[in-house]
Amino acid sequence: MSTPTRRSSRWERLSRSQRENLNGQLLTGPTLLLIALVVLLPFLLVLVFGFSDTRLIDIPRLSPSTIEWTFDNIVDAWQSDAFWDALWTTVIYATLTTIGSIGVGLLLALALRRPFRGQGIVRALLLIPYVLPVIAAAMIWRTMLNPQYGIVNAIGQEYLGWQSPVGFLSTTSTDVAGLPVPVSLLVVIAFEIWKSFPLAFLFVTARLQNVPGGIEEASALDGASRWQNLRHIILPQLRGVLLLLLLIRFIWSFQNFNDVYLLTEGAGGTQVMAIKVYTELVTRSDIGSAAAYGLLMSLVLCVLLAGYVLLSRRKEAL
Amino acid sequence: MSSAMRPSRPVNVLRWTLITVALVCAVGPVLYGVLLSLRPYSAVLLEPLDIVPGLGEIDLSSYVTAMKDESAGGFGLGRFVLNSLLVALATVAISIVACIFGAYAVARLRYRGRRFTSGIILAVYLFPGIVLAVPKFVILSRLGLSRSLVGLLVIYVAATVPVALYMMRNYFLALPESVEEAALLDGCSLPTMLRRVVLPIALPGVVATAIYVFMIAWNEYFYALLFLVQDRSRWTAPLGLAQLTDFQVPVTVLLAGSIAVTVPVIAIFFLAQRFMVAGLTAGADK
Repeated sequence: MSTPTRRSSRWERLSRSQRENLNGQLLTGPTLLLIALVVLLPFLLVLVFGFSDTRLIDIPRLSPSTIEWTFDNIVDAWQSDAFWDALWTTVIYATLTTIGSIGVGLLLALALRRPFRGQGIVRALLLIPYVLPVIAAAMIWRTMLNPQYGIVNAIGQEYLGWQSPVGFLSTTSTDVAGLPVPVSLLVVIAFEIWKSFPLAFLFVTARLQNVPGGIEEASALDGASRWQNLRHIILPQLRGVLLLLLLIRFIWSFQNFNDVYLLTEGAGGTQVMAIKVYTELVTRSDIGSAAAYGLLMSLVLCVLLAGYVLLSRRKEAL
Repeated sequence: MSSAMRPSRPVNVLRWTLITVALVCAVGPVLYGVLLSLRPYSAVLLEPLDIVPGLGEIDLSSYVTAMKDESAGGFGLGRFVLNSLLVALATVAISIVACIFGAYAVARLRYRGRRFTSGIILAVYLFPGIVLAVPKFVILSRLGLSRSLVGLLVIYVAATVPVALYMMRNYFLALPESVEEAALLDGCSLPTMLRRVVLPIALPGVVATAIYVFMIAWNEYFYALLFLVQDRSRWTAPLGLAQLTDFQVPVTVLLAGSIAVTVPVIAIFFLAQRFMVAGLTAGADK
């Protein structure tokens, strides 16, 4: 070893935990700074925009002294039908896609659990919708559902006796056997389930591989039926991963913009909150209203999540 | 396995039906897109049910038209793809380098503020990003970056850092700590130890994270739409394709473009798979 320089000797005089402390703060510093700049600062600004009368043209001269504080944006949004429509659509969309994608993923993971020839290939093929870029997926679905040359309408008219082509991506509601069916909303929900079930499938498959085989075999020998086995041995093991999936899928679906907008651009009763924020910002150039919608949207999400946490805690206690 | 666990016949039939239906649903649409992109536009319009192109009918001109520059009579997708590649690769590079250090610190080092860092990163990861779109747009316009690919890059790095950090933290946590301690005791400095010891073992995790980050940047549409929609020369691939649907572009060209945008993703998965297997076995050496 060479003789220590002054710098390293000072470094070495620190205790190990002191060194670790410094290193830790140095290494995470840049990340935290970046987050502060691009997340916390914008968040403060969203509060300012939401609670003040600021227009896009006022931005260059914006300073704390010139801000006119007001609740108008929030109150206007709260009182408008458009807000409640969008919220309702978003809640339906997020709930159904969450349940659907996890349900399909779970079912397939269970169906594919027992080893067979070609299992690896089947698993890989099932991941295709998830890996496919959203734009490509949306383009293919738009083509399939097109009223003129799409295969779904062609099959429907040729074999299923449809009188006229269905505008799958622009029909807010249609009567099927006397019941109103929100066609386009169901289509974007189906698309999202199709696109995201592989994630649930992957998570559950990974967890299933860690379920010890011994318990199952023992319970089977004790005379448990397959159904009892599934219900009392396997599903309890999957509880953790299913709850995690439920949480992240709901949060992601709740704020989804791309998948809905690329299919319908918000037409046919598919205007979810994220699209509403976008149209307020771009089409109407109203940053105050856009910020208010965004804030209310996160508030609703927080309330729903808090409710979820409370409910799952209470269940645990029982 | 005991015979009691073998599934009964109806269960087996149900199981295989389910698997078949799932496979058709997962693969079918993509196959449909590929086949249609190979057919001439007129044939698609005339016979929508006839999806398999005849041998003499196969026509690659849709791909050429999609990729060629507007000046050459195409739709300029080649340039959109290039824009996307540029932004996505830069995002991966910056985000991964920033995260390797941060993730290691959060996973291993005991320092003041560690729990705070973990918490805030998770919170940011789960927070509805769309809410922040408004101020981000305003800030970047003020900085003069809202009409440039650099502005998009800033947004993408910020969006991917929390995810990447969170993923890599988990990979680092799973590594054996004893090797690192031995290296440090042998006189390795922390940066050297990270580069020589931790990174080689964690390589599969780093590659997996990099792929995830790449996919996010490659797929991103919302901010591209918000920032760059007026400037055709800077469109990214998803934005370009989506915008083309508003013009009178033949559907075969749109599908060809969609397939072309998918190719880099598949290529990366294919390449990375070998890389990740190699990394795994290298890490398993005793």
